[in-house]
Amino acid sequence: MADLTSKFLGIKSPNPFWLASAPPTDKAYNVNRAFEAGWGGAVWKTLGEDGPPIVNVSGPRYSAIHSNDRRVIGFNNIELITDRPLRTNLDEIRQIKRDWPDRAVVVSVMLPMNEASWAKHLPMIEDTGADGFELNFGCPHGMSERGMGAAVGQVPEYIQMATEWAKSAASIPVIVKLTPNVANILPPAKAAMDGGADAVSLINTVNSIMRVNYDTLTMYPTTDGMGTHGGYCGEAVKPIALNMVAEIARTKETSSMPISGIGGITDWRDAVDFLALGASNVQVCTAVMVYGFKIIDDLVDGLSTFLDDKELELKDLIGKAVPSVTDWQHLNLNYVEKAVIDQDLCIKCGRCHVVCEDTSHQAITHTVDGERRFEVIDDQCVGCNLCVSICPVDSCITMKQTSDDSAEKLRWTAHPNNPMRKTD
Amino acid sequence: MATDKPDVRDHRLSRDEIEANFADLHAPLSRSEALIEADRCYFCFDAPCTQACPTDIDVPGFIQKIRSGNIRGSAQTILRENIMGGMCARVCPTEVLCEEACVRNTHEEKPVEIGLLQRFATDPILDGGSQLFARAASSGKRVAVVGGGPAGLSCAHRLAVLGHEVVVVNRDDKLGGLNEYGIAAYKTVNDFAQKEVDYILSIGGIDVRNDCTLGEDVSLDDLRIEFDAVFLGIGLSKANDLGIDGEDKKGVLNAIEYIAELRQAEDKSTLPIGQTIVVIGGGMTAIDIAVQSRLLGAQQVHMVYRRGPEKMTATAFEQALAQTSGVTIHHKAPPSRILGDEFVTGVEFETDSGTIVLYADMVFKAIGQHTDGIEGLVLENGRIVVDEGHMTSLEGVWAGGDCVVGGDDLTVSAVQHGKLAAIDIDRRLREG
Repeated sequence: MADLTSKFLGIKSPNPFWLASAPPTDKAYNVNRAFEAGWGGAVWKTLGEDGPPIVNVSGPRYSAIHSNDRRVIGFNNIELITDRPLRTNLDEIRQIKRDWPDRAVVVSVMLPMNEASWAKHLPMIEDTGADGFELNFGCPHGMSERGMGAAVGQVPEYIQMATEWAKSAASIPVIVKLTPNVANILPPAKAAMDGGADAVSLINTVNSIMRVNYDTLTMYPTTDGMGTHGGYCGEAVKPIALNMVAEIARTKETSSMPISGIGGITDWRDAVDFLALGASNVQVCTAVMVYGFKIIDDLVDGLSTFLDDKELELKDLIGKAVPSVTDWQHLNLNYVEKAVIDQDLCIKCGRCHVVCEDTSHQAITHTVDGERRFEVIDDQCVGCNLCVSICPVDSCITMKQTSDDSAEKLRWTAHPNNPMRKTD
Repeated sequence: MATDKPDVRDHRLSRDEIEANFADLHAPLSRSEALIEADRCYFCFDAPCTQACPTDIDVPGFIQKIRSGNIRGSAQTILRENIMGGMCARVCPTEVLCEEACVRNTHEEKPVEIGLLQRFATDPILDGGSQLFARAASSGKRVAVVGGGPAGLSCAHRLAVLGHEVVVVNRDDKLGGLNEYGIAAYKTVNDFAQKEVDYILSIGGIDVRNDCTLGEDVSLDDLRIEFDAVFLGIGLSKANDLGIDGEDKKGVLNAIEYIAELRQAEDKSTLPIGQTIVVIGGGMTAIDIAVQSRLLGAQQVHMVYRRGPEKMTATAFEQALAQTSGVTIHHKAPPSRILGDEFVTGVEFETDSGTIVLYADMVFKAIGQHTDGIEGLVLENGRIVVDEGHMTSLEGVWAGGDCVVGGDDLTVSAVQHGKLAAIDIDRRLREG
């Protein structure tokens, strides 16, 4: 079995799977169960200023988008940061770290834009023995209306300022958690770096309204008839998160920044995606809120088996796919692929034909010599991968390269149709 | 050797036991089951299941509507092609029609449960849901439909939708034909056939003359004079004879007649049934009487077919149903003689390996039906010849269902015939 021991900013954990700061890490009870199940670490649910506890709504906090068999595809919440007294949380964090010295215990914090508050609270928290801080600049609902969470994360100057305050108040590592609710993830990442952050973690949740209630024609869900946008997460957001992780990992100015990957990780393959695209470890929330802590078995076992099969060590996987990510303009326009349908695997549903006919390039037959038969018309096929994407049979349609490898590469930057082309 | 006094009696099982035996063959899908099953549909292009449906139901279309929660729209997609989509969901041999064509068979050897999904979509409408159809403006034309079975009712409904006035001439005291009198009881529980009849009539414009038999109470000539068009959906009312010695002995019965009695019985435990039964035939009716004999409490039921299993018209599913119900199926055994004095005591068969005798307290004949024909109509092999639009050789007379050439004893085909005939009648009447 591959060694999954992880060291993120010097924080050791037996595997690279941490629970993200969220309801599953709100209490010692839950975190204890998670560590018993085998989770490598936990980012404690966000602590706020000492004072009157946060008040949550007592109506629905969560809602989900389901498949017809009620599999949760996307998930949304309007829960705020911890609503328990600071002292209770600190006592429990201290006890957990004592009971589980080999696990990573990082504490998420959200404080107002006021240096004194950071200087006051961070040492109190650090005193628990916690391994690091994660600055919550990401929550898009509720707290952002009070000038915290995403309200900070959307303004790079604020990120840098608060990060500097945190760094000067803390002696343990500081991770800055970024919001995806920005046009470009790079300025926030750069600001965290400039503020002295030891790492970034991303993504937090995405602004979202789940749907309408078809009976009342109000938004859904509501609290006493009114609703508010929440934060969207789960499998559906993974591609958004992967892009942002890869952007940070492949951009020169930010590439040295360690990344903790978050966003829809459900099984070990999702973890491979994040690690290969530049994350050094991953954090999970929605999947455990859907299935419970036991999924750690598959995450650990699957990743370990994968590394064994690939004869890789965990550190070798990190960032492995980053060099393959580039801008559109650098793609080779002389490279050609065509779809090929394996007639032995084809079940003749005809979906490839109808989608190609209706929405693409009219490149798949429905009848050949009077028989129901689906074949690619190479002359019409532009290699778009639509048929591969929608075919219900795994590996029935594949893409085959038809261009010659020895042919000269032609990028848009030098393409004759590009008026801005760079000529030698 | 059995005595000449056959062991035939009622109440072999208690009423409760019999009611349990005759419960719904396939339990309906729950909402969750239906949604999960609907998700399995691939929404095929030019879908093979639709091609396999004799009534051209847009199967992926109605399943997509189940998936999206549009159950009424789903029912409409079904019923606009097949007004008996509810009954067909119960009685169609889907294993040789839509479900056999399902591409999931190739993928994983388990087709989408199209029949059960169709039932899920249509049950709420038949259970008193809304009217899904509206009648066109009155054409002022009147059409007689002879026969209250699937072909006749399908034709009547479509004609009514198209704006014509319809009179259904029905020999029985209830509408429904084989749906009411012929289908195995466990396939159509809770008086479903009458529920469907009520729904069909609720469109309006359809008058019914029950207990009115063509050729006895009214003649075809009378109808041709009184109405602008006539549709014959008269089925095959005469059971075929074996043509062997002893067929007239007491206890030798036509399966269709016994089934009709069974379907109408208030309390099925009052039906007399033998201890040992021999059923002669290899089709759906043979299966139906064999299985129902077991359910009534017959101890031993033999179903004997003259040819090999590959020639049986009962589907593999139906044969398996018979076998798991405790029916013994014999092949390649043509009957040669019915044994007994006043009462039947058994049947002699000639097999490749010699003569065998199966003792029986009752013998059911289920070797097909025929029509005696109607004067003036061209017949072929005892069935009425019709053109593409289902018009017969007589001007202004159409026909469909089991009584025509090409009839295949399926409810779904009869419904299609009635529908096609109605469309053709409408076209002709409007052309004047």
